[in-house]
Amino acid sequence: MLLELENVSLAYGRIQALHGISLSVAQGEIVALIGANGAGKSTTMRAISGLRPVSEGSIRFDGQDISKLRADLRVIRGVSQSPEGRGIFPGMSVRENLEMGAYTRKNRAEIDEDLQRVFTLFPRMREREKQSGGTLSGGEQQMLAVGRALMSRPKLLLLDEPSMGLAPMLIQQIFDIIVEINQQGTTVLLVEQNAQQALSRAHRAYVLETGRIVKEGTGAELLHDPAVKDAYLGVA
Amino acid sequence: MSDTAVAPPKAKQNFRGNGGVRGWFGRQPTWVRAIVTLVALGLAILLPYAGDVPLIGPQIVTQGIDWPSSLFNMSYYVLLALGLNVVVGYAGLLDLGYVGFFAIGAYGTALLTSRDSLLYAHSGWSWLAAAPVALAITMAAGLILGWPTLRLRGDYLAIVTLGFAEIIRIVATSTPNFLRGDRGFTNIPHPPGQGADGKPIFGVTDATPYFWLGLAVIVVVILGVRNLDRSRVGRSWLAIREDEEAAEIMGVRTTRFKLWAFAIGAFIGGLGGVLFAGEQGFINSQTFVLQFSILVLAGVVMGGSGNMAGAILGGALISYIPDRLRGISDPFFHTDLYEYRFAIFGVVIIVIMVLRPQGLIPSRRRAMELKDREKEVAPL
Repeated sequence: MLLELENVSLAYGRIQALHGISLSVAQGEIVALIGANGAGKSTTMRAISGLRPVSEGSIRFDGQDISKLRADLRVIRGVSQSPEGRGIFPGMSVRENLEMGAYTRKNRAEIDEDLQRVFTLFPRMREREKQSGGTLSGGEQQMLAVGRALMSRPKLLLLDEPSMGLAPMLIQQIFDIIVEINQQGTTVLLVEQNAQQALSRAHRAYVLETGRIVKEGTGAELLHDPAVKDAYLGVA
Repeated sequence: MSDTAVAPPKAKQNFRGNGGVRGWFGRQPTWVRAIVTLVALGLAILLPYAGDVPLIGPQIVTQGIDWPSSLFNMSYYVLLALGLNVVVGYAGLLDLGYVGFFAIGAYGTALLTSRDSLLYAHSGWSWLAAAPVALAITMAAGLILGWPTLRLRGDYLAIVTLGFAEIIRIVATSTPNFLRGDRGFTNIPHPPGQGADGKPIFGVTDATPYFWLGLAVIVVVILGVRNLDRSRVGRSWLAIREDEEAAEIMGVRTTRFKLWAFAIGAFIGGLGGVLFAGEQGFINSQTFVLQFSILVLAGVVMGGSGNMAGAILGGALISYIPDRLRGISDPFFHTDLYEYRFAIFGVVIIVIMVLRPQGLIPSRRRAMELKDREKEVAPL
């Protein structure tokens, strides 16, 4: 397993956000985490990337416990996140945003190589290279956030709501690219409210409810699960 | 927010703007820029003689305070604005107690050099010997204050820094033997050096040499900060300021870089204090009031937070305008206009904030960040 969460709990002050979550992501998979607002999806992401310390449980990455590791060291180990709300640096150009993604890396030739790879995945980013991040449209910012996360050459890509606020056509496009990134060898853990898209693209998925995992299965299984259909797919 | 697969063609907004004086300056070859910079520096060096320029000279120089002294005042205000700009403008940390570091620099110098100091028997140092020690103390104070507080964000940090400066002032007023309150420290030695005529260069009658000293320090600080800003450190500050969480996700060690900004800001503020003590020869707790911090912050914001040219202009203005008002009385109550300085400032700042919220010489990135935050407040 590339990533294993075992019994992870996390609290914001007195509010318990995660109640002993266990999940795993194997090398080469796309795993989706679906659930309603406030279910703890983003909190799980923040625990994995090291933005919030876990109060209990362990996070193992590549066979080693990283639950006490500083966020920057997790990036160096190969965990990269595209945060909720995209987190674009508005005053930096597209190019500079992408360079920030390679902040922990030194090898210039490799960085340039990855920059070209991102430009190939997102041709629009090349067009907008010198434009500042704050002037991009929502969809472009999402592409930039995903591209930036790729710039650290991660083993595991964490995507927090890549479809948020996007038009249906763009959602399709973003998910196509996610699958493409995965086929190029990057493992993906993604959090989504758009359960339909997430489940149809993911190999496996977990359903999160109020800080607990209530269901797991392959994407196809959950897509046809009556309870999931009822709660998350908007069809009776 | 509307998203379409093919975004409508936008007016191409280039990252480096092309307009205005700065656009022109940016397009010039290096040698032209070097010459322009040197000419500006030359003019700054000649500022003490501005009064001799026919017609405009007398309009520029101050009346109620001698012109070289006013210039020296400007030099340490500019220094403070440059230092605070690192903290507020680059790293985006709101520091409302910046005068605290100025005070530590000045008190550090006084404690080591003044005859009134409890330490005098052991120290009684020269100004030049005391300066580095005072600066080291100031920087250490920056780290000590920053270490526990930089985990706080925004408003909380502002309150802690405000408290910090007040603690220093109150300790100074309430320790009659150590920091000597209102009585203060007298006989703080001036910087060293003798002229050709055998008289000390840094005397009590003419502030011109102090201004030049201040100017030299400013140039060194500008070069130092500019180098930092263009390095990985500057890039880290920028990322933290624009989105702290995203910066952390990229692998920026946010607490460390915030601490660096704080310590460097403290160091520059301390430099101002050391210079101030060396020129005045006397300091007491009345100098280090809260308004001082607010004034410097107003200068930075007014000039253009995040841009050194803006900070320099803002710092110079907050010192120059009140000094220029000295010795002019209003037609109604015949009070010196200097007494109205805060009221006048209030109006000036409101006008600038309405007409030019990004400051007189804005940082382009800052302007973009402001725009981005507006979007957050009122999503379309």
